[in-house]
Amino acid sequence: MSERTVRDGGAPLPGNPRGDASPDRRDGGDSDIAPQRHDEPALLAVDDLHVEFDTYGGVVKAVRGVSFSVRPGKTLAIVGESGCGKSVTVQSIMGLIPMPPGRITSGTAMLDGIDVIHQKVVEGEDIRGSRIGMIFQDPMSSMNPTMTVGDQIAETLEVHRGYTRSQAYARAVELLGMTHIPEPAERAKQYPFVFSGGMLQRAIIAMAIACEPDILIADEPTTALDVTIQAQILDLLDELQATTGMAIILITHNLGVVARLADDVAVMYAGQIVEKGSSEELFHQCAHPYTLGLRAAMPGNDPHREQGLQAIEGTPPDMFDPPRGCSYFARCPHAMRLCEDRLPERFEVSPHHYASCWLQHPASPVEVPGLYRGEGEAA
Amino acid sequence: MSALVEAKGLTKHFRIGRGQIVHAVDDMSLDIHEREIVGLVGESGSGKSTFGKALLGLHDKTAGKVRFDGETLPGRYRPADFQRYASRMQMIFQDPYSSLNPRMTVGEIIGEGLRLHSDLSGAEIRERVHDWLRRVGLEPDHASRYPHEFSGGQRQRVGIARALIMQPQFVVCDEPISALDVSVQAQIVRLLGELKSSMGLTMLFIAHDLSMVRYVSDRMAVMYLGSLIEVGVSDDVFFRPKHPYTELLIGSNPQPDPRIERGRETVAIEGEIPSPVNVGAGCRFAGRCPKVMSVCRTDTPPLFKVRDETGERRVACHLYADGGDTAPSGVQGNGGSNGGGV
Repeated sequence: MSERTVRDGGAPLPGNPRGDASPDRRDGGDSDIAPQRHDEPALLAVDDLHVEFDTYGGVVKAVRGVSFSVRPGKTLAIVGESGCGKSVTVQSIMGLIPMPPGRITSGTAMLDGIDVIHQKVVEGEDIRGSRIGMIFQDPMSSMNPTMTVGDQIAETLEVHRGYTRSQAYARAVELLGMTHIPEPAERAKQYPFVFSGGMLQRAIIAMAIACEPDILIADEPTTALDVTIQAQILDLLDELQATTGMAIILITHNLGVVARLADDVAVMYAGQIVEKGSSEELFHQCAHPYTLGLRAAMPGNDPHREQGLQAIEGTPPDMFDPPRGCSYFARCPHAMRLCEDRLPERFEVSPHHYASCWLQHPASPVEVPGLYRGEGEAA
Repeated sequence: MSALVEAKGLTKHFRIGRGQIVHAVDDMSLDIHEREIVGLVGESGSGKSTFGKALLGLHDKTAGKVRFDGETLPGRYRPADFQRYASRMQMIFQDPYSSLNPRMTVGEIIGEGLRLHSDLSGAEIRERVHDWLRRVGLEPDHASRYPHEFSGGQRQRVGIARALIMQPQFVVCDEPISALDVSVQAQIVRLLGELKSSMGLTMLFIAHDLSMVRYVSDRMAVMYLGSLIEVGVSDDVFFRPKHPYTELLIGSNPQPDPRIERGRETVAIEGEIPSPVNVGAGCRFAGRCPKVMSVCRTDTPPLFKVRDETGERRVACHLYADGGDTAPSGVQGNGGSNGGGV
């Protein structure tokens, strides 16, 4: 696809000398900051995923052609508002969509040459829980209240790894220690209700990483937690990724959490990915008006609050009957006539940065020069 | 500027049996000036909502006083007190799903206050309800619908209309945006801001989203385990926090910018907020505080007055016992490190 974009013509980050030099990795000790790192083979590649649900009101098209890939040892954040299909996307990968009423109408998710959506058991090993671990938003409802925490973690290892009971339990205590739960041997004997929300989320992370998965899916892992506990859990995820080398798919609507953890970001709207790229690109050179709108709707840290909070007016489209053209058309401040009728094709904004929007699309008949110029200056 | 609402030593304890007492709010003093928005932040369980409800008489007060517009409010409200004050003090609740009666139409919900507290005729009430539906960005013909037909953001608009139709002087907003999506949060915050300036409202804005509170409020108050630990002009508190807890709280708040987030050191607070049951003497943050001194474990720090650039600041920390002149230079903002030096 053509390299030409309107924005490439402008200065990438006017007035910001740090722009190009700023490393987008959190640990300065790691020298792997070469731009080519995007080209390494994907660990998990999701292609053209479509998911529908039958309801009384009709068929809800929750996910409409989602494709993304996860790089080994990296964190992909999937961002979007409630109902945009981000949770349904990862639940399809995990085989957690109730069918019926759900239906995966098409799409594949390849992990090491295996399509995990259609082939969940390989040589007696269930990929779910073993190669891919998952943690959920609400720690309180993710555990069995009638089993001790230690037994629940041990059970995972007995089922997936064939450990004996005592081996599994010993490993469970070790895992609780790895997630920095104080006095892990004592805590393992306790029931979930004794744990605070933050401690329970740690225990659930311990359970999810018990089988040393290649990928950890974290669906809103900190939404139910206070900001101080959130910081602790994010630190823990960061640390575990560094020690185990697992990839993380992080589902969230909190852009602060994204900035903190993500290497790559995919922005979802109305069942589609509207923009994806590196975290740095998406925060500082975003190309889709929705991404821009999300950022402007959150108060940042800049001392001049007169710049104001920009609300995105309106509401997401009706998923019973998604619009024929761009799903963001009705709320987009830059909408053009073309957007109403034709679904924007994905184009490459810059290497490994893709957007589905007509505004800067090379094939688009209209040019809006310099529309996003100066965006980077706000920081 | 005079104080519209003055809380003096406001205390609310809950008995939970076996002689145990939850110290939900302890000796809290806070003035809210006329036409001011005070943001109240703190972790869950710090007593923010209890304080807000105690101000409005929705909780009986265990001790302390609340003065409102020169009058001292009763410690325990009787029906006549609610009748008297309901039109002047209102509350906007957190959860737009559970705070609206599902069996009443939106028009009935919004008009109920006027029906109970005014002599207006049914037709006049209907007219005002329609007017308020428009003011909060809904349509007059929404009045005949039920809450379940609305989205979260629209319900919160109904909650706002319900509270503000009474033309109150003072509104407590208890986490009005926490249950909403990011783009809708901004809509509601802007709506509240517009109504605040057009009606001359005074607000207590309770939330845990620090960036949003800083954006919304004139002054910011920080609570920890039932006590007020710091209060000052929002930007000062946000960019130059003084109390070690405020500093850590603001440092924990992730900024939507990977350049800041990836570059900074983690400042996660060790441990979790302790139980508010049977709290003893000493600073309540002493057990987690990185700058704890021996005095902190024995004496509860009062709110010390600290010199500040743009306004008065009060900090409940022994580090500032002498007005902060000799406070260690290590006490400086994490949150403001990206250009807070305005």
